[in-house]
Amino acid sequence: MSGKPVPEPTPDTQPFWDGCARGELMLQRCRACGKPYFYPRPICPACGSTDVEWFTASGHATLYSYVINHRPARGFEADGPYAIAVVELAEGPRMMTNIVGIPNTPEDLVLDMELQVTFEPRGDMSLPVFAPAGKKGNP
Amino acid sequence: MTGERGVIIAGAAETDAVGKLPGKSTLQLHIEAAVNAVADAGLMMRDIDGIATVSAPGPVQVAHALGITPTYLDGTGVGGASFLLHVRHAAAAIRAGYARTVLITHGESGRSRVGASPFPRGGSSIPAQFEAPYGTAGPTTAFTIPVLRYMKEYGLTHEQLAYVAVAQRKWAARNPRAMFRDLITVDDVLASRVVAWPFHLLECCLVTDGGGALVVTSADRAADFPKPAVRVLGTGEASEAPMISQLADFTESQAFRHAGQAAFAEAGITTADVRHLMIYDAFAHVPIYGLEALGFTAKGEAGPFIAAGHTEPGGVLPLNTNGGGLSYTHTGMYGMFAIQEGVRQVRGEAAAQVPGADISVILGNGGMFATAGVLVLGRHAR
Repeated sequence: MSGKPVPEPTPDTQPFWDGCARGELMLQRCRACGKPYFYPRPICPACGSTDVEWFTASGHATLYSYVINHRPARGFEADGPYAIAVVELAEGPRMMTNIVGIPNTPEDLVLDMELQVTFEPRGDMSLPVFAPAGKKGNP
Repeated sequence: MTGERGVIIAGAAETDAVGKLPGKSTLQLHIEAAVNAVADAGLMMRDIDGIATVSAPGPVQVAHALGITPTYLDGTGVGGASFLLHVRHAAAAIRAGYARTVLITHGESGRSRVGASPFPRGGSSIPAQFEAPYGTAGPTTAFTIPVLRYMKEYGLTHEQLAYVAVAQRKWAARNPRAMFRDLITVDDVLASRVVAWPFHLLECCLVTDGGGALVVTSADRAADFPKPAVRVLGTGEASEAPMISQLADFTESQAFRHAGQAAFAEAGITTADVRHLMIYDAFAHVPIYGLEALGFTAKGEAGPFIAAGHTEPGGVLPLNTNGGGLSYTHTGMYGMFAIQEGVRQVRGEAAAQVPGADISVILGNGGMFATAGVLVLGRHAR
């Protein structure tokens, strides 16, 4: 087991992490106004309705912004400089992630590039990360 | 706010020194700042009936240590902007009659960590689940993330970002208390170590020890104190998102904008009235976001505005005249030091005094664009 932080689910986030374990990126959306949202919580931030449901997201995303961290967090010491990125999911919400399957350099990481979710083992959990869409190395 | 309902800052002081203070605990820094500020107001500790400070060590600890029996306590802890919110809340409490004289303290052993709470790690909070697993390690790895999107949308260059640090060092060079005072160039900044690309070391704030405190009371006592009264003309507070990834738009701070609009409206001022400005600068991009959120420049123009020299000594809009978090000091919750410099400028006693700084605006950031507080301070009632 790596020394990297392992997410600890709470009742409101458990379906998200259960989805990751199945290889599915789960989001919530409001049944009243239809708007999808992230991070998991039992109320729609757009309209205040508590009538919300889970659904499986496409896993498609684009690269919204990032930094390349040169002072690694605990557990990341062996990785070399790594990108801490925020991606915009095709469904609209954004989330923080890491970018895999491509060198983490300013030249390779181009804003708005298309990405696809993939899952990385982390302790006994599965963590959503993103890789360039299509074949590895960009279509 | 004029007349009887007005509120003033009657006392303001920092700790005897700021910087590397391994011989002083967090609580000692609070006490030293409190003693200095109360003395600055010409008061005794027994004159204080309200207390405000962030949650660790908290108002109970600070009040007890100082021998204060408060009728009003504020433990608002929303990051480095907290002290601006404390001023706002103190103004409301004084108007409501909950307290007459409120002491706001900050002490932080941010560098030496003496008597400080440990940094939390792990757990099942929302940030622990959705940010920490990706290798965040404090503000350098998260507060910084939005700027690449800003650069793409508005054409901000690496050189313009670096120039923010260059401009502020020119102010720090005039301030004997600043930690870094040697002038630097854009090349120096860009040659400094990469911390979190695109940010270099010199584009990141210091990590220091220190403190400061304020005495806030009603304006009807304005003539009762040894120093010129600094009037609290307008205040604003706002929040946006608890995680950087959830900001609505990475090219702007809604919290900065909302807090600024509230403060300017209460004070009845526009940007044209402002002679001196402090914008919390944990990183070089924050003053850029702040200038635009407060309306001093249009979107996308703050980087070129700073690079043209407008915010440095001799410029039209003196900004971060103590040297800022980038060069003066940054204990972790810098807002108190931004307020202190605003007070010094309005009083006319700053190390790098701006002539005619009769209206000073202070923008405080909390967390990573998570919260904001804005104060409009002035020499005269409006």
